Amino acid sequence: MDMFSNLALGFSVAFSLQNIALCFVGCLVGTLIGVLPGVGPIATIAMLLPITFGLDPVGALIMLAGIYYGAQYGGSTTAILVNIPGEATAVVTALDGHEMAKQGRAGIALGTAALGSFFAGCVATLIIAALGAPLTKMALLFGPAEYFSLMVMGLCFAVVLARGSILKAFCMIMLGLLLSTVGTDLETGQERMTFGFPPLADGIDFAVLAMGVFGFAEVLRNLENKEARDVVRSKIGRLLPNWDDIKQSAMPVLRGTMIGGTLGILPGNGAVLGPFASYTVEKKIAKDPSRFGKGAIEGVAGPESANNAGAQTAFIPLLTLGIPPNAVMALMVGAMTIHGIIPGPQVMTKNPDLFWGMIASMWIGNLMLLIINLPLVGLWVKLLQVPYRLMFPAILIFCCIGIYSVNNQPMDVAFTAMFGLFGYLLIKLGFEPAPMLLGFVLGRLMEEKLRQALIISRGSFMTFLERPISAGLLLVAVIVLVIALLPSMSKKRDEVFTE
Amino acid sequence: MKSFAKIGLVAAAALALSGAAQAQAYPDRPITMIVPFAAGGPTDIIARIVGDHMSKTLGKQVVIENVAGAGGTTGITRALTATPDGYTIAMGHLGTFSAAPATYPNLKYDPLNGMQPIGLAGGTPILVVARKTLEQADLKSFVAAVKANPDKFNEAHAGLGSVSWTTCTLLKGQLGVPKLNAVAYRGTGPALNDLVSGQVDFMCDQIVSVAEQIKAGTIRAYAIASAERSPALPDVPTTKEAGLPEYQIEAWNGIAAPKGTPKEAVDKLVDALNKALNDEGTKKRLLDLGAVIPTVEERTPAGFAAVIKRDADKLSPILAAAPR
Repeated sequence: MDMFSNLALGFSVAFSLQNIALCFVGCLVGTLIGVLPGVGPIATIAMLLPITFGLDPVGALIMLAGIYYGAQYGGSTTAILVNIPGEATAVVTALDGHEMAKQGRAGIALGTAALGSFFAGCVATLIIAALGAPLTKMALLFGPAEYFSLMVMGLCFAVVLARGSILKAFCMIMLGLLLSTVGTDLETGQERMTFGFPPLADGIDFAVLAMGVFGFAEVLRNLENKEARDVVRSKIGRLLPNWDDIKQSAMPVLRGTMIGGTLGILPGNGAVLGPFASYTVEKKIAKDPSRFGKGAIEGVAGPESANNAGAQTAFIPLLTLGIPPNAVMALMVGAMTIHGIIPGPQVMTKNPDLFWGMIASMWIGNLMLLIINLPLVGLWVKLLQVPYRLMFPAILIFCCIGIYSVNNQPMDVAFTAMFGLFGYLLIKLGFEPAPMLLGFVLGRLMEEKLRQALIISRGSFMTFLERPISAGLLLVAVIVLVIALLPSMSKKRDEVFTE
Repeated sequence: MKSFAKIGLVAAAALALSGAAQAQAYPDRPITMIVPFAAGGPTDIIARIVGDHMSKTLGKQVVIENVAGAGGTTGITRALTATPDGYTIAMGHLGTFSAAPATYPNLKYDPLNGMQPIGLAGGTPILVVARKTLEQADLKSFVAAVKANPDKFNEAHAGLGSVSWTTCTLLKGQLGVPKLNAVAYRGTGPALNDLVSGQVDFMCDQIVSVAEQIKAGTIRAYAIASAERSPALPDVPTTKEAGLPEYQIEAWNGIAAPKGTPKEAVDKLVDALNKALNDEGTKKRLLDLGAVIPTVEERTPAGFAAVIKRDADKLSPILAAAPR
C-alpha cells in the first residue's frame, strides 16, 4: 500500500538526529507552556518563529507542531490540578479532572489523560496518513448552513446535559452567546455593545474570559476555603491507573478518539467541539450519569482523547487544503510561508518529505510526550503541595503575563480581573461557568455562519432544511430537546442532575 | 551618605553620557516594529523578513510586536501616537494607510499629514478568483454576467477593512454593482475554504493567499490586477489583457513612524530598509511569496507618501459610498 511507503519516507525524515532533537524540544516547551496557565501556544510559536529562520523547514515545522500538541497535553495538567483551562478545549477536562484531584486521585487523572491522549495521538496519526486527502473532500461538504446546524445541535446537547438546573444552564449559554456578540459587526463594521470604548471594539478575547471566570475566580473561591485544600494535600494518589480504571476508561478513550478525530477535520475550528461532544456522549450513555462532575474518570478519559485527536486531525485541512482551521494553524501557515513553502493542495506532492515527515514526527512526538509526562506527573502533582500564599500569586502572575501576551494589550488584564469577580459571583449564585464559555466560543462562529448562510440564500431560512446534512443535524437537535422535555424524562433528569 | 552622593553623581553622568550617545548614535536599543495584524499573516511575514535584515544594518534588533484589532487601525494608532524617537515604527498596508480614513470615520490618525512615512517594503498583487464550477470562463464574460445579473452572485471577503474587502469593493464600485451580495468571513482562510467548496462565487485577494489553490486547480483565476503578469502565475492574464484595464490595485506593505521622528532616525531607517530590499537573500524570500520588490523611488518617504495618496484618492470615494 502507498500509505506504508509514504509513512516509511516520513519516518526516515523524522528519525534523523536533528529532527528527533527538535521534536523533543518542541514537546518539552509545549508541555511547559501548556502547564503554565495563560501562556498559550499562539504566543509561544509567534515568539519562537524568528528562531526557526536558521533551521530547515521540515525541522522548524516539526518543532512548532510539537509545541502545539505538547501544549494540549500540558493544558490538561493545569485544568486538572488548579482548575484553570488555558485552552477552550480543556474546559471540560477541568470539570471531572479537578474533582478527581480533590478526591486525591490527581495522579490517576493525569495518568489517564496522558495515556488516553497517547492512544488518540497514535490513531490520529494513522487517520491523517490514511485518509487525509479523501476526508478533506468530505469536510468541504460543510457550508455555512451545515455549520450553523451543527452548532445548534451542540448547544441543545449542552443545555440538556448540563449539570444542575436546566434553566440556569440555559441562562448561562445565552449569556455566553450575548457576550460573543460584543465588538465590531463583521458585515457592517458597526460597533455593538462597546459603549464607545475602543478596547471592546474587537470583542472579548476567549483567553480573557476563560482566565477570568475560571482562573481568577477559582483563586478567589479557594481563598475562603481552607479545608478542601488539606484534603488534596494529604492524598496525592497513585500515578498509574489500575486495571479497574483502565477498564472504565477504555471505551471512552476509543469513542473520544473517534469523535475528536472526526470533528477536528472540519475547517472552522471543529476541534473545539470535540471534548464537549465526547463529554456529553459519555454522560449520556453512562449507567449512572450523576457521577459526572464529581470526579468520573470517563469524564477525563473521553474528552482528553477527543482533544488530542482533534488537535492532530486539525492538521488535515492545513496540510491538504492549505486552509488553517484555527489561530494556531494560521500561525503554522505563516511559519511555512516564511520558510518558502506556501501551504496548499500541492504540499503533499511537491514536498512529500515535509508532509510525511511531519506526520511521522507526530507519532514520535506523542511517544515523547508520554515519556516526558509520566515521570513529570509526580512533579506536577507536587505543585499542589506548594502553599497557597506562594501558589496563588504565582498563578495570578502567570495568568496576567499570558493574557498580556495574547494581544499585547494592558486593558485585557484589567478585563480579566473584572471577569474574575463576575465568575466568583456566578459560583456563589450556583451558576456553572462552563456552559457560558461554550456559548461564547460557539456564539461568534454561529452568528457568522447564520448570516453567511442567510446572505447566500437571500434571506430564506429554508436553506437550513433544504440542505440534507443541515436538516439532519437540526432533526437530531429537535429530538434531543423533545426527549428532554417529555414529562417522564424531565422528571428522571431532575433526579439525575440536581443534587 | 557620601557614597550615595557619589553613586548619584556617577549615575547622573552616565545618564548624561548615554543621552549624548543617543543623540549621536541612533539606535542604542531595540526598535519595536508594530504589526497591526496577527502573527503569520501576509503583513507579519513581510515585516519579519524585512525586519530581520534591517536589524543587521541598524546593529540593534527590530522586535516585531503584533497588535491586532479593528482592521489594523488599533496597532497603527498605537504606533503613531508613540513617542517620536525612532524606536517605535509600524508596518502598515494599503488598508491601514490608504483605505482606513474612508472606512473608519472615527480614525485616530491621519496617514497623509499626521505621520512620517519611511518607505514601501513590498507589494503583493491582487487577483480576481472564482469557484471553479462558475460558468463564466474568463473575466470578460464574468464582468458581463455580473453587470447583467448582479443579484445572482455572491462575493466572499475576509471582513470589513480587510484587503480582500477593500479591493473587491473597488472592483464592484468600478463595475457599477456596489450592492452585490457580500459574504463576510473572519479572515482569508475560511473565505477561501468556502470558495473552494463552491458555497460562494468569487473573491479578490492577495497572490500569497490564492496562488497554490490556483495552481492546484481548486479555484479559477480571472485576472491579476497589476501592470504585468506575475512570474509565480505566468498563465494568469492582467486585468488590462483581460479587458478591465481600469482595475489596477496592489496590496502593498510599508513602514511608517510617528510624525516628528528625528531626521537622523528616519534616514537610518530608510537606509536599512533599502539595504534589506537590495539583499539577494531577502529579495528571494519576498519573491518566493509572490511579492513585488518596490522601486527605488517607492522606498523613500516621499515616494511612499505618493503611493499612499494615489491609492487613497482612488479608493476613498468608492469606499465612502459602499453599502454597509
